Amino acid sequence: MALKIVKGSIDRMFDKNLQDLVRGIRNHKEDEAKYISTCIDEIKQELKQDNIAVKANAVCKLTYLQMLGYDVSWAAFNIVEVMSSSKFTYKRIGYLAASQCFHEGTDVIMLTTNQIRKDLSSPHQYDTGVALTGLSCFVTPDLARDLANDIMTLMSHTKPYIRKKAVLIMYKVFLKYPESLRPAFPRLKEKLEDPDPGVQSAAVNVICELARRNPKNYLSLAPLFFKLMTSSTNNWVLIKIIKLFGALTPLEPRLGKKMIEPLTNLIHSTSAMSLLYECVNTVIAVLISLSSGMPNHSASIQLCVQKLRILIEDSDQNLKYLGLLAMSKILKTHPKSVQSHKDLILQCLDDKDESIRLRALDLLYGMVSKKNLMEIVKKLMLHVDKAEGTTYRDELLTKIIDICSQSNYQYITNFEWYISILVELTRLEGTRHGHLIASQMLDVAIRVKAIRGFAVAQMATLLDNAHLLTGNTQHNGICEVLYAAAWICGEFSEHLEDPMQTLEAMLRPKVATLPGHIQAVYVQNAAKLFATVLRKHEGETDSHAVQETSQLLIDRLPLFVQSANLEVQERASCILQLVKYIQKLQQKKVEVAEEVTALFAGELNPVAPKAQKKVPVPEGLDLDAWINKPPSESESEDEKPKAVFAKEEPKHSRSRHTEVDEKELAKRREARKQEQANNPFYIKASPSSQKVYDAPGVEHIPVVQIDLSVPLKVPGMPMSDQYLKLEEERRQKEKAERKKKEKKKKREKRGKERKADSGPESEEDITPAHQVDIVTEEMPENALPSDDDDKDPNDPHKALDIDLDKPLADSEKLPVRTHRPEVLKSPAEDRVNESIPQETKKRSSKEKKEKKKGKEKDRKRSKEEKKKKKHKEVEEELLESHPEEAVQSEETKEAATPPTSAEEETTPLSAAAADMSSAAAPESEPDEPKDAEPEDTKSSKHKKKKQKKEKEEKEKKKKKRHHHHHHHHHHHSDAGGDDSVQNGTVEEEEPLPPMSNYSLLAENSYIKMMKEDADQVYDIQGNHQDESKVVVSVIFENKSDSFLKSMEFNVLDSLNSKLQRPEGAGAHDSLTVPFQLPPGISNEARFVFSVQSIVMPQKLKGTLTFIVKSDESSTHEKLDFKLHFTCTSYLITTPCYSDAYAKLLESGDLKGSSLRLERIKMPFHHLLARICFHHHFSVVERIDSCASMYSRSIQGHHVCLLVKTSDQTVSIDAKCDEPSLLGNVLDEIKQTFSKC
Amino acid sequence: MIKAILIFNNHGKPRLIRFYQYFAEDMQQQIIRETFHLVSKRDDNVCNFLEGGSLIGGSDYKLIYRHYATLYFVFCVDSSESELGILDLIQVFVETLDKCFENVCELDLIFHMDKVHYILQEVVMGGMVLETNMNEIVAQVELQNRMEKSEGGLSTAPARAVSAVKNMNLPEIPRNINIGDINIKVPSLSPF
Repeated sequence: MALKIVKGSIDRMFDKNLQDLVRGIRNHKEDEAKYISTCIDEIKQELKQDNIAVKANAVCKLTYLQMLGYDVSWAAFNIVEVMSSSKFTYKRIGYLAASQCFHEGTDVIMLTTNQIRKDLSSPHQYDTGVALTGLSCFVTPDLARDLANDIMTLMSHTKPYIRKKAVLIMYKVFLKYPESLRPAFPRLKEKLEDPDPGVQSAAVNVICELARRNPKNYLSLAPLFFKLMTSSTNNWVLIKIIKLFGALTPLEPRLGKKMIEPLTNLIHSTSAMSLLYECVNTVIAVLISLSSGMPNHSASIQLCVQKLRILIEDSDQNLKYLGLLAMSKILKTHPKSVQSHKDLILQCLDDKDESIRLRALDLLYGMVSKKNLMEIVKKLMLHVDKAEGTTYRDELLTKIIDICSQSNYQYITNFEWYISILVELTRLEGTRHGHLIASQMLDVAIRVKAIRGFAVAQMATLLDNAHLLTGNTQHNGICEVLYAAAWICGEFSEHLEDPMQTLEAMLRPKVATLPGHIQAVYVQNAAKLFATVLRKHEGETDSHAVQETSQLLIDRLPLFVQSANLEVQERASCILQLVKYIQKLQQKKVEVAEEVTALFAGELNPVAPKAQKKVPVPEGLDLDAWINKPPSESESEDEKPKAVFAKEEPKHSRSRHTEVDEKELAKRREARKQEQANNPFYIKASPSSQKVYDAPGVEHIPVVQIDLSVPLKVPGMPMSDQYLKLEEERRQKEKAERKKKEKKKKREKRGKERKADSGPESEEDITPAHQVDIVTEEMPENALPSDDDDKDPNDPHKALDIDLDKPLADSEKLPVRTHRPEVLKSPAEDRVNESIPQETKKRSSKEKKEKKKGKEKDRKRSKEEKKKKKHKEVEEELLESHPEEAVQSEETKEAATPPTSAEEETTPLSAAAADMSSAAAPESEPDEPKDAEPEDTKSSKHKKKKQKKEKEEKEKKKKKRHHHHHHHHHHHSDAGGDDSVQNGTVEEEEPLPPMSNYSLLAENSYIKMMKEDADQVYDIQGNHQDESKVVVSVIFENKSDSFLKSMEFNVLDSLNSKLQRPEGAGAHDSLTVPFQLPPGISNEARFVFSVQSIVMPQKLKGTLTFIVKSDESSTHEKLDFKLHFTCTSYLITTPCYSDAYAKLLESGDLKGSSLRLERIKMPFHHLLARICFHHHFSVVERIDSCASMYSRSIQGHHVCLLVKTSDQTVSIDAKCDEPSLLGNVLDEIKQTFSKC
Repeated sequence: MIKAILIFNNHGKPRLIRFYQYFAEDMQQQIIRETFHLVSKRDDNVCNFLEGGSLIGGSDYKLIYRHYATLYFVFCVDSSESELGILDLIQVFVETLDKCFENVCELDLIFHMDKVHYILQEVVMGGMVLETNMNEIVAQVELQNRMEKSEGGLSTAPARAVSAVKNMNLPEIPRNINIGDINIKVPSLSPF
């Protein structure tokens, strides 16, 4: 048997490690996936073993596979196991894996809270460091809330290495748990002046991140940062601070003024380019913020621009890039100073580096003026032709459109030119931006009325040459342009020279290959064109043309009627019928043009984007209210639509519409206008466009005098270049004329007035080629001027917009783990609990699931799965059959355990806050839960005092306490995970009495010390086989109204047990407690003891000295205490499997002893849970009223228990390889139960 | 904030990935592919900044990268980081790797991804720059490595497994078995 195990472990020596895995993958290049899947199978096998080294190795390999894209979340539980190893090597592997693959949705994260807390307060700085690093990657709101206080404590750690990590991680905590920001902020601020530069840098880093999102809350820190900026020599810190000032100055112009000088000094003095660049950036930000108030900073601007020019001219492409980037910021407020460097920027457009070209393009956007727009665009068009790669070409295209359309086409003097540019752009192959060009065409044609004639002509040409655009592929983005072209031609068809030809072009069979939405527009606009043709030829004696047109439509439309696209089909069939009907009428010589035109009467006006959104909701309008009664389910649904249809049919019929005589029509129109005028929701047409109703209102549109020197009828496409030439000539001419006039003027009023612009012409002088009336986009009346639309409601930083200058209120504290999970029950609270059951239930059920999951995994691990399951079922049956008994025993046994306790433990903070108000005066004082600690006997007299005290503080601490419960629950579930079967046998349905590991150590009127049972034991194996370390957590609570500081903790060492003191300290020196205590605050410190022999319980005498500082005085006080190390505290809960357990018992090395407990009234599973919890045992196996349990001491002693119960009598048979240890452990167990 | 750190070779094979924001594995791979696609087609004498576009995060984010021999080091950062600062940081990181591995080359990264992670953890934590002083970084890394060594490290894990068995009071087994000497493979037996 033994040999088998040895063989098994030797076999494990040949497990692949990470290097082997990598090598294997490299050797299996052809069938990598297959190889990896076998590796994953191996890893799964390895993870099933209970050797932590093997597991860690497996997890390490998984981390590598995760990088290759394999989902390893299935191993999350194993990762947690490896994380909780006591050895740094494994712990680090576990945390690395966790940080790579855990995220907020990972459910096992819930199990890690306690483990992480332990690691955070570990005496080894690297354990703490590794935990902090890992946590920074997977912190969740729950973890942030539960650990915020622990991390805050670490911010004052003695080691700078830990301090800086703790400071940095606070940012993540703030993001996940914004309530922690205010309580933690004072300490964070303190760290700005930490003696260690690394910590300081971290603090600056965190505050900069915070301030970047919500700068106004950090303005008050400006003086501190200013001091840092002038004193620090660390470029990293300086850069961060300078960046921060860039964010702060827009809010406080006075700050900006103050900044200019030191910043310019830095610009002159620093040799670090990164710092120089950030300084320039911030000066720019300052100047932008000042630009409105103080114009006189031209010197600084000049300095910046000059420095940036140096950067741009540098051969280092990075500096060039950044120079251009910063330049674009200056451009916004001081375009003039940038424009003088146009040469440089145009030069950058030719750079081989795309990033730089893109940046230069950005700059161009701000550099155009009426004067140079055409020239710049011409240059860009050249680049478009040259550009390789569609990305850059698309970028150019969008830039050209951006530049031209910016601020409402401000710089365009000749729209004919612009239309030509747009048409030229359609020749780009493979661009994605067809829709962009299309929308520009539509926008210009709709809003610039003067250009419609020209636009329509161009669009007609486009439609005629559509085959050039759509030649290659259907999914060519450019065909979007045809959408615009068709619509423009149809809508403004009165401008068309030859509507027949265009109509013909729109009905070509090839159109059917276009995307559906374009075809639909084609069909609809064909109808518009048809109306135009009708009108044009009406009254002519020879109606040949009209009949030809009708016939054309009747011939071609069936093609569209067959379209697969619903929209196309519907429109086509409608229009086809309409045309057929019109043809009939025509044959009867009825004049129909007027009626047909009326179908398309009215003008579409441009509506501003988001206009709909900005309509204010009028008072008394509830948009969520039902207008009609909500339809009842029972109503028969197949009848209703019929009725509606029948009713509305006449309205839909188009043929009737055409028959309506004109008077009637006019009347209706009038009525509709009236109705619209009174309707606040109708977006009204502008006064000018209202006249369009009197169709044909063409004469109201200002007709442009088209310069006939432009060859409009050039077959193919127009050339925008010609416009450039023409424009130059025109300007020359104008200029000459103006000069003439000016000369005249000058002669008239010489000396009186001097015009500044005698030199190069200024912006204002360039008159547009023709007066254009740009129709502004419509906005609803009293629209709300809000810019909220751009803000992301999900931005996590929104929650961090917290005022930090307000003094901290009492209620604002980080949730602290308190020492005793007492349970209060009062009627008031009960009511509250009833009101929040949903949430709590959800939570507890979630946790239950969690437990179950953990259990399942454990079960899988064991081969005894089936067997155990059977046990469990038996047990469940057992419990189900005696529910009354269970309840009864509970009630009699412990008043302190109300049935709701399990739920309360999980009460979330918000609910707890609600509790605070309602449970102010609890009526009954519940018993303390009896702690099974031997210490309790000694401290029982303190207890009463404490109860009183707690009663007083109840209200205040309730919040914390609930929190604490929460932790403890976690603790249990953690244990469930770690201890495999231990809790698996405990029935979850029955609430366990709350158990605590904390016991009173000592207290006086100032301070209370609580000791946690040394449940966390570090055994340093290897070199120190015979010496073990025990960590003792002590909670210090300040009970007074004064400030407690300079706390020193000292223990009189015994031969066997010694307090671990830092290197260099004497054997009797005391340890400084690493924190101070403000009134009412408690905090936890951990002390490490080295212990030689563990077979006997130990008692150590100790003293705590501290200074009590109140407003008037400060006194030195001391408190004596006794530390009691029970033998139990040397035991570690270790899972053990039944076959290994059997082997152990068979080996014969163990010596036995036994114990009998009488009159134990608690249910058996409670008894087991108590032994597990207080004495660190785990259940190996349980059959009915008999259970075997196992634990191991830190020095490797095995302790086995066989617990049997019958009729209130419990007998425990125990075996251990160290009899005295066993004797003591049994004594302690006895003591535990003697108090129940 | 740094959103992601990617190291891949000239063929786009990832050597280390570190996301400071959650992405599912397939998304991570897609990001690596796209980033590689963007970065690899750039000459060596162009600037080291790239607008990430829709890749991660959007317009506020930039890709800042350096190309060393066969490896690309890509940092994806937002506007709160100084561009030149991050370039320096990449340099510091690579120099640190060079010190820790003694003439680092791609093979070191291939076989010791975990160690590279541990070094990176001393430079960047949770997306924020932790330390920029190379000596400090190297010192902390070495101290931790020493600690690992004192525990026996992961490579001696099998020996540890044996000692765990010893604790079960089984006959003593020599602790320092030289694994290299044993070339018999014991057939797999069921673990207990």
